[in-house]
Amino acid sequence: MKVSKSPWLMHYDGSSCNGCDIEVLACLTPVYDVERFGVMNTGNPKHADIFLITGGINAQNAPVVKQLYSQMPNPKVVVAVGVCACNGGIFKECYNILGGVDTVLPVDIYVPGCAARPEAIIDGVVRAVALLDEKKKALSQEQVSSKEA
Amino acid sequence: MIWQILGTICYIILAPILGGLLQGIDRKLTARLQGRQGPPLLQPFYDLYKLFSKEVVVVNDVQNFLVGGFLLFVVFSGALFFFGGDLLLVFFSLTLAGIFFTMSSCSANSPYSSMGAQRELMQMMAYEPMVLLVAIGFYVATGTFNVKEIVLHNGMPAIVYLPGIFIGFLYILTIKFRKSPFDLSTSHHAHQEMVQGLTTELSGSVLGLVELSHWYENIFLLGVVGLFLYKASWWSAIAAIVVCAISYFLEIIIDNVFPRVKWQSMLKSAWMVTLVAGVVNLMIIAVI
Ligand code: SF4
Repeated sequence: MKVSKSPWLMHYDGSSCNGCDIEVLACLTPVYDVERFGVMNTGNPKHADIFLITGGINAQNAPVVKQLYSQMPNPKVVVAVGVCACNGGIFKECYNILGGVDTVLPVDIYVPGCAARPEAIIDGVVRAVALLDEKKKALSQEQVSSKEA
Repeated sequence: MIWQILGTICYIILAPILGGLLQGIDRKLTARLQGRQGPPLLQPFYDLYKLFSKEVVVVNDVQNFLVGGFLLFVVFSGALFFFGGDLLLVFFSLTLAGIFFTMSSCSANSPYSSMGAQRELMQMMAYEPMVLLVAIGFYVATGTFNVKEIVLHNGMPAIVYLPGIFIGFLYILTIKFRKSPFDLSTSHHAHQEMVQGLTTELSGSVLGLVELSHWYENIFLLGVVGLFLYKASWWSAIAAIVVCAISYFLEIIIDNVFPRVKWQSMLKSAWMVTLVAGVVNLMIIAVI
């Protein structure tokens, strides 16, 4: 059995225009139904494995995003959904925008699109899930080697 | 005696498996009711495995101890029940388990989990009277609190004498199973108005233990439903299983049909049902 069989997802809306958020929620509806893959939407960072962010990072939400990330237990994956989350997108030049999510967090998966289509989001989540397994493996190897040392 | 010990061992080993499967069926049916395909049947086991292999963020050690107490006393209540012990003691230890769980979230010093704990206390207030009435009802109907003697008591199954109490118990079962409309303190749906309530501060394997305890608890509660019908014969065993299945299915439908209510309505309605269905039933059999 793998960790990836049960990815729990936390969705955070940065300074998105809400377009991407609607597409994220569309993934949960009967048409796309991400629960097929065991994905559960949770609002709790301590239960989450995947951190899904829409919208860019601004001065106000940068500490919030960092805080949420630090509360998630390992192994964890960050998915940036939409061009805004990838690099700031259409809001890039705004005075309050710092840029994409990678200005504050190590992003693992970038999902492009404005708005990102549900198919693309699901693809991103599935890739994130695969990464989760790799990270778990790396984590347990680290533990083994730290015990030996 | 052999059978009693066998019952206990079967419960301790099989309850997590059955409980997990039950939850898998629950999630599948819920998805189907919403027109979705739903997760695989074994999804709850994948979840549990995942939780046990994740890093644990420990808020404080007391919390882990209290969660351990929760699991221990839930298993104890169920084991005692399937051993055929005293029904009162069974229910008291179940309450103690609930208190352990509530204390564990109180200890975390986080606003969301304290809110969850307060709501959980409210829920206990709503369902405890009915739980006690169940025990009293069995006593009045069969003259004993002992589960084994209730089963061996010759006469009709208890449901014939206690239809009102049975209905009342089904009503509070919605609270115990943490099903909407009464999933105030923590919920398996994506309600987020207070993050995850009771379990907000739990993570990794500690959360896994809570999940496991819920499976034990659900099977034990369905055992109590079965006790209303079971009479130590094969046909009554089948009847008990069928009624358990129907009750659980009913809970799933209620879960999907009703939105969550405020605690006031929960408390009022639960006590009303206790009073009307439970107490009246009790008075009638006491007179007869
Ligand atoms: S990528 Fe487009 S749709 Fe998504 S948040 Fe940015 S502007 Fe809105």
